[in-house]
Amino acid sequence: MAETIQIQVNGEARACRADATVGDLLRDLAIKTERVAVELNLEILDRKDFDGRSLHAGDRLEILSFIGGGAPMGSHVRERGFVHAE
Amino acid sequence: MQNDPLIIAGREFTSRLWVGTGKYKDFAETKKAIEASGADVVTVAVRRVNITDRSKENLLDYLDPKKYIILPNTAGCYNVEDALRYARLARAAGVSDLIKLEVLGDERTLFPDTAGLIEAARILVKEGFIVLPYTNDDPIVAQKLVDVGCPAVMPLAAPIGSGLGIRNPYNLKIIMEMIKVPIIVDAGVGTASDAAFAMELGADAVLMNTAIAGAKDPIAMAEAMKYGVYAGRLAYKAGRIPRKLYATASSPIEGML
Repeated sequence: MAETIQIQVNGEARACRADATVGDLLRDLAIKTERVAVELNLEILDRKDFDGRSLHAGDRLEILSFIGGGAPMGSHVRERGFVHAE
Repeated sequence: MQNDPLIIAGREFTSRLWVGTGKYKDFAETKKAIEASGADVVTVAVRRVNITDRSKENLLDYLDPKKYIILPNTAGCYNVEDALRYARLARAAGVSDLIKLEVLGDERTLFPDTAGLIEAARILVKEGFIVLPYTNDDPIVAQKLVDVGCPAVMPLAAPIGSGLGIRNPYNLKIIMEMIKVPIIVDAGVGTASDAAFAMELGADAVLMNTAIAGAKDPIAMAEAMKYGVYAGRLAYKAGRIPRKLYATASSPIEGML
């Protein structure tokens, strides 16, 4: 059994392998990397670096994509927004 | 009206109706409404991916990126820092350098924080973004947005989602006369005549979401909006007659008995 570390993904605690990269995590989550943005400890990552960036205990990862929206739907959007969810 | 493209920052847009993708019943309805609207620009928001339920479909699976220009927005951002963060994430997600910039000032009205908007626009333009700012119907602010490098300005007709229509046609008209870049009226239209009115005033395009998505029949309303924008554009180019207080007969007097 490989050693695991605790990280935070989209605001939720999650365990992952100690030697995992961002790319590994995305594959584990079955997230296609096209049209996805990844922020690691507030640093926006280049897509080509996903496989080169290893994860460390306590890392905070945000994985974002596009959803329907053209106009904000009032205050509840603000509550849902990841910036405010913390 | 063939050959009447809208050009912003060297990009050519064929439709003068741009649509948002929020508030629809499901993605199938979103897709049908967008098709009926004839829009080639669709706005999308940037949000966390649902990592617990991966079965959820993605909106972009329904929208062919070859067919539509995806315009990410910073909807829901109430300060400069958040707006910059979302804009950069949107670009990192890999669609384009286009961003519909929103920096909101108040949750009840969703009016823009125009000071924050100008500041955020200045920074993003320097970073190479094509910034399309959602702003108030204030000609001075519109000019400042152009001064910091915005290649188009998007003043509101009325509060987002209100359906009140063009509340201040005179300010919008001043913006259209003063500002030398394309003007896209964004937010507040309720029905097709509002869209036509915006175009008759001289708007280069109209962007809407709720007026279509919130209609009883969104797909029919999308089509109505297409014709509203089209009719308004034609009327603007045709040049309307001046308003007069008294009648002018259309039929000649000569030849009457």
